[in-house]
Amino acid sequence: MESQTAASLKKNKKQLLETWMQNQLADNTLRDDLISNEDLNAQSENLLTALLKALGTGSLEIESEQFQPVTDILSELSITRARQGFSPRETSMFVLSLKKAFYEILEKELRDNPKLLYQESVEINNLLDGLSIITMETFIKGREEVILRQTDEISEISTPVIRVWEGILALPIIGTLDSARTQVVMENLLEKIVETGSRIAILDISGVPAVDSLVAQHLIKTVSATRLMGAECIISGIRAEIAQTIVHLGIDLSNISTKASLASALKLAFSMLNIEVRRTNNKF
Amino acid sequence: MDRIPILRMGGFLLVTIQVDLYDRLALTLENDLMAMVSKMEARGVLIDISAVSIVDSFMGRILGNIASMSRIMDAETVVVGMQPAVAITLVELGLTLAGVHTALNVEMGMELLRKKIGPIPDNEEDLYDDII
Repeated sequence: MESQTAASLKKNKKQLLETWMQNQLADNTLRDDLISNEDLNAQSENLLTALLKALGTGSLEIESEQFQPVTDILSELSITRARQGFSPRETSMFVLSLKKAFYEILEKELRDNPKLLYQESVEINNLLDGLSIITMETFIKGREEVILRQTDEISEISTPVIRVWEGILALPIIGTLDSARTQVVMENLLEKIVETGSRIAILDISGVPAVDSLVAQHLIKTVSATRLMGAECIISGIRAEIAQTIVHLGIDLSNISTKASLASALKLAFSMLNIEVRRTNNKF
Repeated sequence: MDRIPILRMGGFLLVTIQVDLYDRLALTLENDLMAMVSKMEARGVLIDISAVSIVDSFMGRILGNIASMSRIMDAETVVVGMQPAVAITLVELGLTLAGVHTALNVEMGMELLRKKIGPIPDNEEDLYDDII
């Protein structure tokens, strides 16, 4: 870009910003529920200042050092917008709406030189397209981070180890057991056994939608590891259809204590620890 | 050469492994322990591996061997204090140590041995005296 054009854009910065703001405010997709006009104005001015400064250096390469501040501002902006709940289209339109403002200024300044006007327009067009792609990219990256964090949190939350009684742990498993989750389940359970010195662990699988041979193998592994540590493992919550699949698959669970419900597993645990729970007639 | 101490506690033998077992050491332990079981006529062997953080298939096999050999000599083996990471490794290796009893700690291991073997008379000679 010729520095002359950059200079003229800089000269008209105030008007540029005004036109841009007008365009944005007039747009139907404006999310005035998510962002106040003052904030929008501040963001726009911030970006425009950085952009004009970068243009002033004569560079048009988005990857160049001169454009670093611009891309930084854009990335931050689109990440915050992603968190606020903007759609990618809306974030991208924020940058693209600047085009129209640029054209208006350029047209006024270069009215007498159509060839240059065309060239400059194409360049501005390319530049803003590139910037809009950056917002899109960071937007997606921001969303992905959110999803990854949620995945981690879900796998952590979904395998709680509960101490149901002195010496008895229970681990209700919810959702499909895959290798990665089994590892988490096993580690959590074993750590907790050491921590609490529990002698019995109840694995409740009533929240597991289906048991295939792989899941069964994972369960057997967990039970074996618990045994190696010196604790006993009871599998509970085996539903009728799961019992059917297990037998049809020919999986041998005969040396593992299994119970239909958590309650009966707890009862078994009590009897293994010689604990007696009785109903009393005492009224509180 | 390094040796792992074998302590006698009544009719039981207590082995606490405080170092990482390398193959030679494990073999020496196996020999010493079997000699001791035979000499003392021990009824139970308690192996504490709470300080062992690394385990391989060889050590898993040695533990299994000790258990089988002891059983032939009428002694029960209890392995206590296995670390979670060690347990996971053994399971991944496919070694479930069948035939080895396990307990969470030495105290529970002792309790388990007593339950398995029944009361051991303090002094066997007294017992024979009574019978005669």
